[in-house]
Amino acid sequence: MSSDTLPLHRALGLTDDEAQAVEGALGRPPNPLELAMFSVMWSEHCSYKSSRLHLRRLPTSGPAVLVGPGENAGVVDVGDGLAVAVRIESHNHPSAVEPTQGAATGIGGILRDVFTMGARPLALLDPIYVGPLEDPRSRWHLDGIVRGISAYGNAVGVPTVGGELVSAPGYARNLLVNVMCIGVLPTERLALARAEGPGNLVVLLGAATGRDGIGGVSVLASAGFAAEPGAGDEKRPSVQVGDPYEEKRLMEACLELLERRLLVALCDLGGAGLTCAASETAARGGVGIDLDVRAVPRREPGMTPAEVMTSESQERMLAVVEPARLADLQEVCDRWEVRASVIGRVTPPVEGRGRLRVLDGPGGAVLADVPAAALADEAPCYRRPARPPARPRPEDDPGEVPALDPGAAAALVASWLADPAWAYQQYDHQLLGNTVVGPGGDAAVLRLAAPGVPWRGKGLAVSADGNPRWCAHDPRVGTTLLVAEATLNVACGGGRPICLVNCLNLGNPEHPEVAWQLEQVVDGLAEACRALDLPVVGGNVSLYNEAGGQDIDPTPVVAVLGLLDRLRPDLPRVRLVPGARLLLLGRPRDELGGSRFAQAAGRSGGPLPAFDPVAHRRLLDLLVSLVHEPGLLDGLHDVADGGLALALAELALAGGVGAVVRGLPDQRALFSEAPSRVVVCTREPAAVRAAAEAAGVPVSDLGETGGDRLLVPGLLDLDLESAHRAWRGALPRWLD
Amino acid sequence: MTARVGVVVFPGTNCEHDVAEALGRLGGEARMLWHQDPDLHGVDAVVLPGGFAHGDYLRPGALARFSPVMGAVADFAAAGGPVVGICNGFQVLTEAGLLPGALGVNRSLRFVCRPVRLRVERTGTVLTGQAEAGQELVVPVNHFSGAYRVDPATLERLEAAGQVVLRYLENPNGSQGDVAGVCNEAGNVVGLMPHPERASDPLQGGTDGQVLLRSLLAAALDRSASGARR
Repeated sequence: MSSDTLPLHRALGLTDDEAQAVEGALGRPPNPLELAMFSVMWSEHCSYKSSRLHLRRLPTSGPAVLVGPGENAGVVDVGDGLAVAVRIESHNHPSAVEPTQGAATGIGGILRDVFTMGARPLALLDPIYVGPLEDPRSRWHLDGIVRGISAYGNAVGVPTVGGELVSAPGYARNLLVNVMCIGVLPTERLALARAEGPGNLVVLLGAATGRDGIGGVSVLASAGFAAEPGAGDEKRPSVQVGDPYEEKRLMEACLELLERRLLVALCDLGGAGLTCAASETAARGGVGIDLDVRAVPRREPGMTPAEVMTSESQERMLAVVEPARLADLQEVCDRWEVRASVIGRVTPPVEGRGRLRVLDGPGGAVLADVPAAALADEAPCYRRPARPPARPRPEDDPGEVPALDPGAAAALVASWLADPAWAYQQYDHQLLGNTVVGPGGDAAVLRLAAPGVPWRGKGLAVSADGNPRWCAHDPRVGTTLLVAEATLNVACGGGRPICLVNCLNLGNPEHPEVAWQLEQVVDGLAEACRALDLPVVGGNVSLYNEAGGQDIDPTPVVAVLGLLDRLRPDLPRVRLVPGARLLLLGRPRDELGGSRFAQAAGRSGGPLPAFDPVAHRRLLDLLVSLVHEPGLLDGLHDVADGGLALALAELALAGGVGAVVRGLPDQRALFSEAPSRVVVCTREPAAVRAAAEAAGVPVSDLGETGGDRLLVPGLLDLDLESAHRAWRGALPRWLD
Repeated sequence: MTARVGVVVFPGTNCEHDVAEALGRLGGEARMLWHQDPDLHGVDAVVLPGGFAHGDYLRPGALARFSPVMGAVADFAAAGGPVVGICNGFQVLTEAGLLPGALGVNRSLRFVCRPVRLRVERTGTVLTGQAEAGQELVVPVNHFSGAYRVDPATLERLEAAGQVVLRYLENPNGSQGDVAGVCNEAGNVVGLMPHPERASDPLQGGTDGQVLLRSLLAAALDRSASGARR
């Protein structure tokens, strides 16, 4: 079917049934503008229509949770009259089409989500998944993504303190760029995006509206890519273009408006633009909004009302203000050189329902008239047919993994090493003076402070973790292991886990295997979070991550925030010091299921190792107390991807100190990625042992530090000098 | 007596709070100076902090030099007032003609954020009054355009006149002569790419920047005292 005969609703990404449902919601056929508005709001990206049903299973409440999922960001009380706002999102498809702008505008969007709540953004994290670096297109992707983060994040003035950098074949055509932001606010400044008070004015703040990003949430974010290289290039006009200088001024102006209590409500314009901000703000407040589409400042002449209503031009906010405060608002915006235009008015509900009306000039023709809640809340909800993928027969996958000689094992470990400094040294990771432990360790550790929020002694630890190999192997158990890893990382930084946000990156939900993965991932997340009393305060589901019908491996990214009651400069880090003992905290394990070691041998390694939340909680508590005891630990690192072997290698490289490790029976113990284990380096082994035994955590001696090799007699022999070259060169070799 | 330091804020500046906090820790008092206000409000010293003044549109510092506050900064500098430009502030001072040379894009064509080793080449400036000649410091840099550029004759003159204040021991950006910071002839205007405020507290992993900020506070107090005598 050629495009000129394609029905409009299909060109906009709506199915025939959905078009029928729109007609049902309106009680009449929609006009083209209304259809365009529904198409963006009912997109997968905005409506979560394939995932909503499942997300309800997540535990979202807790005594400290002030705002759970569904608002622009989750908010958690951290004491001292302060709260932390946190949000994670994906910007996958825009970054695949235009890596630099895609990654940059991902940051812009997440910042607006956080300062909308009244919070001052204090840190960003960027998990990145790209294809193999042997592929020039993947190098172009990664280089562009890092440049985008660097250019936008640095200039907007929020440090990027962590993330992930994963290169694997499944992401060559459909990469992933997730972005997370943490902000802090005095609890009483908490702002919600809720329009109130008929007669109040609706003001558009920030950039003029252009033709960029139209259809970003629908045809770009909610559909897969074709197979061939360059597929998706034609979607480039659906990628937004960012301006961090505009965002910086907009952020400062909005925070000042909230600080001075000049606003009734504030909402960011992100996916689905003005349509989303206006309908959600109105629906939450149970009121209507009349928008004068002609009053919206534009970048170019000739834009249609549908283009204005669905544009995803960046750096815009929607404010609701009492008429008497308009002059004060204007004064603040003038000083920050932020454009402020009155574009509408709050209207009373009609028969209990607020209506979003689009007018052609003040008192002009009504171009669209839609119940706000129909757009914002009443999208269809699907239970997609789900089916587990076919598993290999046990006889085809014996689970056994052949052993390697010590030199070959060392070469394997060396091939896994990659110093992320190439990426994070392009990010300002120190701004605001909060960074105590920066990128590259288990968790980033920050002072809990921001301009206008003086430091009162507390700290935050944060870690974002994904592992598509585990989650492809078993999405449910794999996700529990991610929660285990992220909480353990945070505890290694001294933080008591307080909340979690997640970004579920999956393939096409219309494929039954992907629908099954989604169910399993949510189940695993719910199970682990319940067992750890960890509330899920926000999340994002990114579907249709496919190219040429090939789905990515399920890639949930979980990010855990931990609270430190106090901070000190000499927190233990990932490193060894000479003349110390190495201890393993946690039960020694040897399951190889889903491990890198098994994968390298072309085997599955058997089922994924199970997660024991009771033992895990004991380990978390022990770690937090050990980390805060001055002088007790000289270094530490959790055991996860790559097992003890990779953990020990990273410890040795960071300290430039080797070790001799005994007491491991075989390579299974060396390469198992089973959860709930931490290696600690200490010159006070008796005290650590006593504390572990008192806490009921198994502790075993691994060996001693020193020398210039990582030697596990008979199992692994890694020369640190050559390993260091491999580690430092892994990224620059391809990218500089 | 407290040294009062004006910290200039352009739209796009982002290190002003960090500088103010670092100065506060050392007993100084920071006062924010808005770029559109041509009055320095009687401060004893001025810092132009890091960031992206006016979004670095055109090139870093190119628009900021036209902000109304810059006329007052130039007058203050001409009268011997201590003026320090950090990173973007250094770029602004070179664009404003208050310091020689220019800052070009890093040789790597990439942004660089990491600690670097520096050597104090010249004491007695408003930024190094309390430092020792030859003292080595570790202070982070954080910039995309930090490569110091100047014609060879001028560089020779700067070296001879002792206007190279700080030098990289490991050049992170391709600066000519490994120059990390320079001063004017009188030594009361200093620009540097490294961020002393990022090495001013043990929690940041280092305190080597303190000696530079302390020097500035001492210079500010000197000026305040001499002003009081007048």
